[in-house]
Amino acid sequence: MLDAISQITLVTLGVALVVAFIRLVKGPTLPDRIVAMDLFGVLVVGLIVVLAGRSGVRATLDSAIVIALVGFLSTVAYATYVERGDPQ
Amino acid sequence: MTDIVTAILWLAGSAFALLAAVGVLSMPDVFTRMQASTKASTLGLACLLLGAALQMGDFASFIRAASIGAFVLLTTPVAGHVIARASYFAGVPLWEGTVLDERRNAKAAARNDDPGAGDR
Repeated sequence: MLDAISQITLVTLGVALVVAFIRLVKGPTLPDRIVAMDLFGVLVVGLIVVLAGRSGVRATLDSAIVIALVGFLSTVAYATYVERGDPQ
Repeated sequence: MTDIVTAILWLAGSAFALLAAVGVLSMPDVFTRMQASTKASTLGLACLLLGAALQMGDFASFIRAASIGAFVLLTTPVAGHVIARASYFAGVPLWEGTVLDERRNAKAAARNDDPGAGDR
């Protein structure tokens, strides 16, 4: 039962990634794209967490920690870049 | 029992993540998009983490999941604030239906060239 549920969860997260990617392509300004990239990071962490719970491999959660950290740092770096430049 | 709770948590978490993505796609403005993405994705990730920690069931993975949750809970509002601040000062246009821009009103009132600006 849980195998099917986790597959549904993974597919839903994949659809969410695709929807966020549409915003990343369309986004009229650079901050729109940064918001989409930030959402990408959180969604990928969710995917990895579900895969960890499904497989039971504990080391997978460590990579989720690393991706969450890098995602936050990249968002802050992009925001600093936007604040100093032209948002096109 | 654990499987049922995990299934409910994972389905709710992925539904919230999908709602965050749909909000980012359909909101009219950078600021409203940022609101949708930060709130809903934080709640969705918390549900997914709780389900995974229940499913793995040992102490070490619970600690790892709790640290991911605490980190995301602390950093997502900071990231949202930084994006909103940067895009406001970079001059990204607000949605035309915006009813309140307190910073512009305060600046206009300080310049005193538009006395009615503080009331809008």
